Amino acid sequence: MNWITQNLPYIFAGISVGGQYALIAIGYTMVYGILRLINFAHGDIFMVAGVIMVYASATMPMYVSIPLVILTTVVIGVMIEKVAYKPLRSAPRMSIMISAIGVSYLLQNLALYITGGLSQRYPTIPAISKTVTFLGTTTKVVTLVTPVLTILLVTMLVLLIKYTKIGIAMRAVSKDFETSQLMGIRINSVISMTFLIGSFLAAVGSFLYFTNYTGVTPTAGAMPGLKAFVAAVFGGIGSIPGAVVGAFIIGICENIIKGVGWTTFSDAFTFALLIIILVFKPTGLFGEKSTDKV
Amino acid sequence: MLEKSKKKINLTVSTILIILLLFGLYLMELFLSPSNMIFIVLQKGVIYALVAVSMNLLNGFTGLFSLGQAGFMLIGAYTYAIFTIPNEARTAVYQYFGGGLIKFNLPVTISIILAGVMAAVFAFLIGLPVLRLKSDYLAIATLGFAEIIRAIFQWNALGPITNGSNLLRKFPSLDSTGFSKWIQKITCDIFGKTGNVTGATIYAFIASGICIAIIVLLINSTYGRAFKAIRDDEIAAEAMGINLAKHKQIAFCISSFFAGISGALLAMYQTTIQASAFKSAMTYEILLVVVIGGIGSITGSCISSFLFIAASEWWLRFLDAEKYVGGVKVPFLRSGFRKVVFSIIIMAIVLFYRQGIMGTRELTPAGVWNWFKKTFIKSAPKKSKEA
Repeated sequence: MNWITQNLPYIFAGISVGGQYALIAIGYTMVYGILRLINFAHGDIFMVAGVIMVYASATMPMYVSIPLVILTTVVIGVMIEKVAYKPLRSAPRMSIMISAIGVSYLLQNLALYITGGLSQRYPTIPAISKTVTFLGTTTKVVTLVTPVLTILLVTMLVLLIKYTKIGIAMRAVSKDFETSQLMGIRINSVISMTFLIGSFLAAVGSFLYFTNYTGVTPTAGAMPGLKAFVAAVFGGIGSIPGAVVGAFIIGICENIIKGVGWTTFSDAFTFALLIIILVFKPTGLFGEKSTDKV
Repeated sequence: MLEKSKKKINLTVSTILIILLLFGLYLMELFLSPSNMIFIVLQKGVIYALVAVSMNLLNGFTGLFSLGQAGFMLIGAYTYAIFTIPNEARTAVYQYFGGGLIKFNLPVTISIILAGVMAAVFAFLIGLPVLRLKSDYLAIATLGFAEIIRAIFQWNALGPITNGSNLLRKFPSLDSTGFSKWIQKITCDIFGKTGNVTGATIYAFIASGICIAIIVLLINSTYGRAFKAIRDDEIAAEAMGINLAKHKQIAFCISSFFAGISGALLAMYQTTIQASAFKSAMTYEILLVVVIGGIGSITGSCISSFLFIAASEWWLRFLDAEKYVGGVKVPFLRSGFRKVVFSIIIMAIVLFYRQGIMGTRELTPAGVWNWFKKTFIKSAPKKSKEA
């Protein structure tokens, strides 16, 4: 009990970071579920949302810039799919992955050019950056808002996938790409919708994530992106609840490791977890088993 | 009989070309200023060529999509640096760790080989669990291992060996090896003065050249054919009696061995190294070099690594400087624009020229000669083909 009260700030931070990872991880897991592609550029889309927020809030009031950031991020995400992934749909999987790495390189360099390479100060969003005292520890409001908002958004997403027409189409496409095409599902609109949802959640995640940090740099998206991907694999790639559970576990473990004083290894831990999971249970916690046919 | 004589001619031509190349490099060192951009491009280019070829061995010839190259380069660079820092310099380098734990040093050549061996040993251990994974899972797991290696090398508890997150420096660089002393002595004997000759570029070319030659020999051996069989169809290869696990492990270790050596050469080129520089971005760069050159082409990787380095370090530099034409500022030109243009070019190649420069073909003297005959001497017999 004593240990818990001592480490409460770290656990809170972990839950909060976990929620932010979860929002990014959903983008990875949905795209992988449908296209079988690790969208290496997803972490950078998240970073781009941060950069746009910096510039938008400098000239516009908060209630305009937040929707604007979400809108631009979604447009960028969908555009990337149209330009960089769609032409390669019949190409080997390695080509699409290389294209994704190329997009990530391009987005980082573009951000480097626009920001001039300096860390840009992230604006304070008044509603979520106040400090509060909760259970005897002081934290920012964002720490408490994140898990609630994450669970709310994920519930909505799960309902969308379960009950709406586009959701059913998505599930069909992720089960069997070719057959669903033959059944008259418009593959392109389903894929666009996937990227739309992924980018939307990444944009929301970026508000929550960057509020905890002082600035946005062009490489700020790489690490959270990779960790969110690990979370998606941990939970079983293709499964939305899996990604969320995985993200929370990774966020909490990482912050406890920081609390113990092993900060150097907080990143390494995530990858060690990934490798352990891949070796012992490649399908993850909630993933479906797939068999290879000759 | 004809095949044999053809092979002999090919070998002779290649040897002559290599000797001419080394002699040309020597003349360049003799007459050009040492700060000329061409030396940066040549040295860094040839080091990148080696690591790109080693990655190509894995990604292009064995079909294992691995993204751990930066990690193995890091191991190589650190192994080299740790064993070659002169004893008298150790107190200065390891100033926070009481002069470090290792109190001896090894000759440069042995350290470079040891760098490769260390990388290969790590690769063997990593390969045991990881190589069972399939395509993209393998990519992400090797990427993860590279990150773990980076974290371990920055760990303060290993400070007496790795110097924690501080720089390692004062180890012999490309222009302070025994080879450069030898070549300076010869120059002195011939011309009476050493001039600018350091032998740095020649050293980098010889070291990388030997490694690339070994990789080429390996690819043309029975092992190489087994690798290609695994790439083309794993299940068929297994059915033909190829031990998948063993061959994948061999390819992974050999590729890492040469990545380690190129890491050591990179350390020699840079003169200082720091673990934080070996990020996954570095692996991505190497992967893009391989893609531009053509996945599965050794000469393609070499050509594209020179082009890549030349474009990023030299030819596109002008995009970074603000410029005025007739009093009007040229739009967009500003620090960082070079990289944007560069990444757009790369995207264009990835999307529209998926084969890269060479596809899976190779550039050989005979091939070039045949092409030359075909294009310029119309009467040449039609049977000539790309070799």
